[in-house]
Amino acid sequence: MRNSKVVTLEEAIKRSGLKDGMTISFHHHFRGGDKVVNLVVDQLAAMGFKDLKLAASSLSDVHKPLIEHIKNGVITGISTSGLRGELADAISHGLLKEPVVFRSHGGRGSSIANGELKIDVAFLGASACDELGNACGVPRSENAKSICGSLGYALPDARYAKHVVVVTDDLVPYPNLPAGIRGADVESVVVVDSVGDSSKISAGAIRDSKNPRDILLAKQAAKVVINSGYFQDGFSIQTGTGGASLAVVKYIREEMLNQGIKASFALGGITAHMVKLHEEGLIGRLIDVQSFDKVAAESIAKDPSHVEVSAVEYASGEHLGSATHALDIVILSALEVDTQFNVNVLVGSDGIIRGAIGGHQDTAADSALSIIVCPLLRGRIPCVVPKVTTLITPGKSVDVVVTEYGIAVNPTRPEIAEKLKAAGLKLVDIKDLAAKATSIIGTPDPLPFGDKVVGVVMNRDGSVLDKIYNIQ
Amino acid sequence: MMFVPGNNPGMMADAHIYGPDSIMLDLEDSVTMAEKDAARLLVHNALKSIDYGNTEMVVRINPLNTPYGKKDVEAVVKAGVDVIRMPKTETAEEVRELEAEILKVETEIGRVGETKIMAAIESALGIVNAYAIATASPRMMGIALGAEDYSANLKTNRTPGGAELLLAREQIVVAARAAGIACFDTVYSNLDDMETFRKEVELIKTLGFDGKSIINPRQIEVVNSVFTPTEKEITKARAVVAAIKEAQAKGSGVISLNGKMVDRPVVLRAERTIALAVAAGVIDKEEVL
Amino acid sequence: MVTIGPGEGLQVELQSSVAAQFGRQIKAVITETLEGLGVTDAHVQAVDKGALDCTIRARVTAAAVRATGKDVWKD
Repeated sequence: MRNSKVVTLEEAIKRSGLKDGMTISFHHHFRGGDKVVNLVVDQLAAMGFKDLKLAASSLSDVHKPLIEHIKNGVITGISTSGLRGELADAISHGLLKEPVVFRSHGGRGSSIANGELKIDVAFLGASACDELGNACGVPRSENAKSICGSLGYALPDARYAKHVVVVTDDLVPYPNLPAGIRGADVESVVVVDSVGDSSKISAGAIRDSKNPRDILLAKQAAKVVINSGYFQDGFSIQTGTGGASLAVVKYIREEMLNQGIKASFALGGITAHMVKLHEEGLIGRLIDVQSFDKVAAESIAKDPSHVEVSAVEYASGEHLGSATHALDIVILSALEVDTQFNVNVLVGSDGIIRGAIGGHQDTAADSALSIIVCPLLRGRIPCVVPKVTTLITPGKSVDVVVTEYGIAVNPTRPEIAEKLKAAGLKLVDIKDLAAKATSIIGTPDPLPFGDKVVGVVMNRDGSVLDKIYNIQ
Repeated sequence: MMFVPGNNPGMMADAHIYGPDSIMLDLEDSVTMAEKDAARLLVHNALKSIDYGNTEMVVRINPLNTPYGKKDVEAVVKAGVDVIRMPKTETAEEVRELEAEILKVETEIGRVGETKIMAAIESALGIVNAYAIATASPRMMGIALGAEDYSANLKTNRTPGGAELLLAREQIVVAARAAGIACFDTVYSNLDDMETFRKEVELIKTLGFDGKSIINPRQIEVVNSVFTPTEKEITKARAVVAAIKEAQAKGSGVISLNGKMVDRPVVLRAERTIALAVAAGVIDKEEVL
Repeated sequence: MVTIGPGEGLQVELQSSVAAQFGRQIKAVITETLEGLGVTDAHVQAVDKGALDCTIRARVTAAAVRATGKDVWKD
């Protein structure tokens, strides 16, 4: 085809003008099955690049090979929403000289759009792409090898990066439209055997949890939603993917049917549960920045009322038209909540990085009602604590905390407390929850933090919220 | 009453958060012989350290004629258990033996009279002796049916309808009421069939049982919903209580409601309904006084 | 999982999933429990996955009883 942008990866890199010290970016829509980051960085290492800054929307266990590249000086800086596994452990112990910059999904979108995070070359994996660079995360031919659904976290990169390379495992004939990544933004297209293992996109089949604690938490959270005053026809909702979060959807659905209430939209990471409610006519629109499982990915491919949005359109604090500004209820989890309702979803109680900010800061801040659902204890690890190990989401954004030992409402929301009490729910003081945790497990010793800053947590507005120190 | 295996510290640590009326930590059938000593220590320490709130704490010990029984009694009485459940009770004499063993330990620690007994009846002989067992000790607070062993003892097997348990269930209720103590029905183990479970709970409620043994927190909601009086029943009971108060105020010996005489069984049923409603938290205690 | 063998004084080797936060306290509970049982010389290997103190006490006591053959209950 004339004007085809298809080249080898090596050629694409040469054409991009990438030099040592520049910033490269990736999305994480293939999550645990991602192959693009490792493929590209391996190639860059082989070509002798050094001192590159890696701006990923998030990183996980599968990116462990980056440890070697960091040791060899290929990658010397990282920005991401989250870190997990051995890479996270190594960084917590001081592997990187520069601190990792952590941003929420909305924060990353804002930073890319306003130029604070300048991307020199974006390498964006896609399940289908034509020769001119129109690319998407859903299959467009019988040869399709992968599927990830929404490419929400890739779209800001595609639009604002200086140079965009699409990496696909299925080259389809022009025109691959409609497509979230537009050819006009793309410089090169690289065809590879596989961009991601679709079977690893969602961590295991999303089944209904039979764990009694998850069920208890879900029932309590559902009662909070239903009696909050926001549960009315046309309400909107976002949930996470933990066992308790998924089960909440089940109980809320029952009450929606009882009361004849429909939701206007569900937002965020979309799951099979939300798709089911939408197909039943209980949710009007699915606004999808990340498809969490195959059902969601297949739904976005065929259903016009299941729409893809970019990270900016999803959750940017600076863009008042972003969807979180219209969101009524969000149900989130936490590693830790403290007595000021501050939340930590990034650093474990052993001081090791093990999570991601995700959309936590954004949804908690912009939504009308934010509910944290977490167990009081995870084994001997307390989740309600006097002070969070690391501050990710400030307490003023957090309205209700639901644990199996009781529900606490932020004193800044007395009207919510009144409504819940009137509905017969027993509320507890969050300080009592923290004390209960301590009475069961004891008081933890202070963590062996060192002096080296290994991570910086950014607030949505670009200011620094907290610092993460190395663990000795 | 929720059964929790005594060799599972994770489950023992937070069984109470699901709101069962009572928790039974088991040292008997759910613990292998090799682990009896370890489970006894786990249960002893759990009872001493974990704050179970208002939940009634029960431990099922091994029979006294095993190498474990007496040590079980010592371990749980010293940990302050509320009720000891004795398995496979067949005679009043066995109850008295246990009572003596409990008294020995209580005396040693200076807490005489605090431990109650519940007898599980799991054999034909036990059913025959149900009343004698129920009245064998002032510490006896209830008797219960153990259907697995019982049906095996009868040389039959368990069926969903429970025909093989008809006599046993009725005998236990009758013996308990005659003795003025509580009665509990046996466990239902199929957690995936909540429908049949609900039918069984409805049946045993009709038979007159005070409660049911459960093996998983998911079963709590069904039992509570069956045993909690409906709004209609509560309204009716309140009307009866009001009629009683009115008659008392008038100094009349005859209580009437809606033109009908209210006699003693009706009064007793109304009082029981109110008591169940209070226990379920559906109405306030103050209302009753 | 607690194994007790012969040793000089009380030596405790602990592997714990919450070592940073509770390692010191867990070792203290192990030592106190053994001292309470009159055990002064032992080598203890404990693998912990975040058990509560009461569970640790029970497991250490059970291991000690099995190792010494001396029970804490009568009969």
